Amino acid sequence: MQYDEKRLTRIVATDCGSTTTKAILIEWVDGEYRQTIRGEAPTTVEAPLNDVTKGVINATQELEELARLKYNNPNIRFMENGEFVIPRKGDVGVDAYVSTSSAGGGLQMMVTGVVASMTGESAERAALGAGAIVMDLIASNDKRMNHEKIERIRELRPDMILMAGGEDGGTVKHVVEMAELVSGADPKPRLGAGYKLPVIYAGNKEAQQHIKDSLADKVDLIVTDNIRPKLETENLGPARDKIHDLFMEHVMKQAPGYNKLMAWCQGPDHESVPIMPTPAAVGSIMQAIAKEENIEVVGVDIGGATTDVFSVFTEDFIFNRTVSANLGMSYSISNVLASAGLDNIMRWVPLDIDENYLRNMIKNKMIRPTTIPSLLEELVLEQAIAIEALRLAFEQHKEFASSLKGMQRQRDISEAFSQSTSGATIVNMMTLDLLVGMLLINAFLPEGITRLAVDSIFMMPHLGVLSEISTKAATEVFRKDCMVYLGSCVAPVGKSKVGKPALHARLELPDGKTWVEDIPFGEVRLIPCGVGEVAKATLRTHGGLVLDEHKSKELTIDLHGGIVGIVLDTRGRQPFVIPTDRAERIATLKKWMTDFKAYPDKILK
Amino acid sequence: MGQAYSAGLTVTDNIILRKERILPLKGQVLVKKGDHVKAETVVAETLLPGKVVPFNLANKLGVTPAQLMNFIKIEAGQQIDTNTVLAETKGLFGTGLFKNDVRSPVKGEVESISSVTGQVLLREPRIPVQVKAFIDGVVTDVMPEEGVIIENKSAYIQGIFGIGGETIGEIMVISKSPDAEVTPAEITEACAGKIIVTGSFVSFDVIEAARKHGAKAIITGGIDDQDIKKLLGYDIGVAITGHENIGITIVVTEGFGKITMARKTFELLNRFNGKKTSIHGRTQIRAGVIRPEIIVPLPFDETELVVKESSMPVLEPGTLIRVIRQPNFGKIAKVTGLPEELTKVESETLVRVLEAQFEDGSKMILPRANVEVIET
Repeated sequence: MQYDEKRLTRIVATDCGSTTTKAILIEWVDGEYRQTIRGEAPTTVEAPLNDVTKGVINATQELEELARLKYNNPNIRFMENGEFVIPRKGDVGVDAYVSTSSAGGGLQMMVTGVVASMTGESAERAALGAGAIVMDLIASNDKRMNHEKIERIRELRPDMILMAGGEDGGTVKHVVEMAELVSGADPKPRLGAGYKLPVIYAGNKEAQQHIKDSLADKVDLIVTDNIRPKLETENLGPARDKIHDLFMEHVMKQAPGYNKLMAWCQGPDHESVPIMPTPAAVGSIMQAIAKEENIEVVGVDIGGATTDVFSVFTEDFIFNRTVSANLGMSYSISNVLASAGLDNIMRWVPLDIDENYLRNMIKNKMIRPTTIPSLLEELVLEQAIAIEALRLAFEQHKEFASSLKGMQRQRDISEAFSQSTSGATIVNMMTLDLLVGMLLINAFLPEGITRLAVDSIFMMPHLGVLSEISTKAATEVFRKDCMVYLGSCVAPVGKSKVGKPALHARLELPDGKTWVEDIPFGEVRLIPCGVGEVAKATLRTHGGLVLDEHKSKELTIDLHGGIVGIVLDTRGRQPFVIPTDRAERIATLKKWMTDFKAYPDKILK
Repeated sequence: MGQAYSAGLTVTDNIILRKERILPLKGQVLVKKGDHVKAETVVAETLLPGKVVPFNLANKLGVTPAQLMNFIKIEAGQQIDTNTVLAETKGLFGTGLFKNDVRSPVKGEVESISSVTGQVLLREPRIPVQVKAFIDGVVTDVMPEEGVIIENKSAYIQGIFGIGGETIGEIMVISKSPDAEVTPAEITEACAGKIIVTGSFVSFDVIEAARKHGAKAIITGGIDDQDIKKLLGYDIGVAITGHENIGITIVVTEGFGKITMARKTFELLNRFNGKKTSIHGRTQIRAGVIRPEIIVPLPFDETELVVKESSMPVLEPGTLIRVIRQPNFGKIAKVTGLPEELTKVESETLVRVLEAQFEDGSKMILPRANVEVIET
């Protein structure tokens, strides 16, 4: 059911994350939908409170207080007696309350397939697309012994299992064997011992009866269409839908307070609006953008525990999502150090600091994950870690988000984005836009010409679930309050020697001025060009450097501005090199960071 | 806004504790409601299912999965010994000559037999598991077949991070002050079976000495990341700990690096020097926060056993806090104000802040996220 401004004038949307519950207020103001206020509170799904709604109440109270201040109206209230008042009556109540959730660790799944890189990956894609964290992929050919697989299934305790394997009409033996292993492990659900573990079977339809014989007594078996009916076809929809249904029916109902929260989520006619897993809501809004603007999109959400990377290809608007489960900036920050190595982190640090201090700082952040860098020096260190977390997560995404393996044609994501002239990178982070611009460019090393944007206050999940009852409200708020365009990045691909001519750029700016420079290799230029403005650029590379996938050395193109502006980056790609000598590295980083205007001068002196 | 919710660790000389002691699977509860138990008492036990051994019987016998049923000698649920004949061919032309058999590699039970894959699953005998009381106290509730609830009155300290599982011993304060460090020479045979307290830092050499002399656990203000790596042989990526088998439990009260132990914590440990204490290093900082615990049981009357309703620690003027990030990491202060507006800190981040006064009288503005309430 969709509603317009006649029925929806005030909406509260929350995202119950594993650490923080973030609430936003969306209102119909002066003839348009706007996001007006945000509030947050610690999530309360765990002990001692064990009730997710307490955090929602706290976050909503903050919204109410800020709304009363903003509108200078002491009568504004959204809740009464600890419950939302729906629909709104004047100052009191809201017309709808919607929510997403990744609290309590989100949706944790295990997937199985026959061939890990084929049906296994398809199952993984379906689970990730539905918003799950994939704890493990177990496949017939994954080189583990069968008894090891059984032990692994038994110790995992997922929220549900998705089983794929075999094309329709093909051999049944391997997929049945996998079912036997699952049956032998007799897996138990993570939350609550009072119900059977949901297992979705989406494999060879010829094996359905055998699967029922093996598993029906031990688990809550749900059979759906084959995820890979033919080698060359992937059919993720039915399995994803089943995952969403089961997420609501089983997992959510077990989490403390969710029965109440589910009852709270209502539209103006008191109809229920299902809670969506946070990443599924982000995926849903991102797919909508790609379709509307006809662009290829890479998005990243760097969280405390995990980093999600999303991408949408224009071809069929296929949506891919990967979760780097242990790359994050608080709970998992220590794992970024372990995965990337200290040297890779230090290459982004323009300071001469004691490595032991950095190691202990990282561990202290791990054990006190909600603290924030108060000192500039600590911010610089956390940003260096963030660059590496993003780089590693993007590498994992590029490996995974290719078209179907086992077929001849392969078009991978790096091909789609590395030389894209229409790609947009979206990142969910807080303010400090110049810093975010630099961070995105250093982490993703975009090639050719790329537009960059951020989600202003992390509201994409809220808008994803809001679109269930009002696409109009979701898209209007998305355009006006969510997307913040940073600008464009021009980065020629190839290598040269520092100081040699690399890029001749002539930019006709919207104020009528012309900016011209022959930029040497190894430099960064930042040219102001505001939101909604366009600079007409003539670009010509020197030496072996190229500007796009056609190896063009000269381009005339419109470059979109933003709050950062236009970045001309001649530091090279494939390879991108940072000096290894400590003193030289620090001097180079300080120069780049000064060019990016990312940090105050005092730390770069 | 007059108050706000914040994270906090409990350090108190007097709390009513309620501990669930639950079996991993259903089993038998060995105590009853009202029983007084010691920390060492076994309160429940069960048998975990044995290891599953998958075994492709059709392949071993050299027949197809469909043919297997003609030769099978066992059925699902049957008890078997090592060498029990699982399947046997009929021999040449069914005469019994040159017949071939396959025997069980393990003792246990037949879990399942598949005619599709030719695979049998054999389950090894069950493994006994016992749950101890962990704290001296009284059984206040019994969940039949699952476990018990034990309550007591205790002095109680939550650590911030730990490694190693549950253990019991007497507190032995070695450090002279909360900011002092202990040397390996101070760790002697007298530490055997004890929970030693080391002040602001514990070095790898001190840990090694404590292990050598049979100390049960170490309580320290700080520890070095590289020493933990050396101790475990790997780097901790995500803080889910407590399962390490290193012969000693370590509880860190403040954090990584050299950090003065909170005075209140140190004084409390001194006060209970020599007392029997239950301690564990179990830490989980993701999805269900678990922090290490130091529990010193106190004498109590059963009428006292009323557990306070849990609530979130609240920040308000007068609240005692500890700074948990640089600058001033580890210092204790009192909240003097909670301004509503977002404020820019040195890192240029706009955050909600509080005004605080340190013990020496100096004042400072701090991000609310960078303090924890000292709960009493």
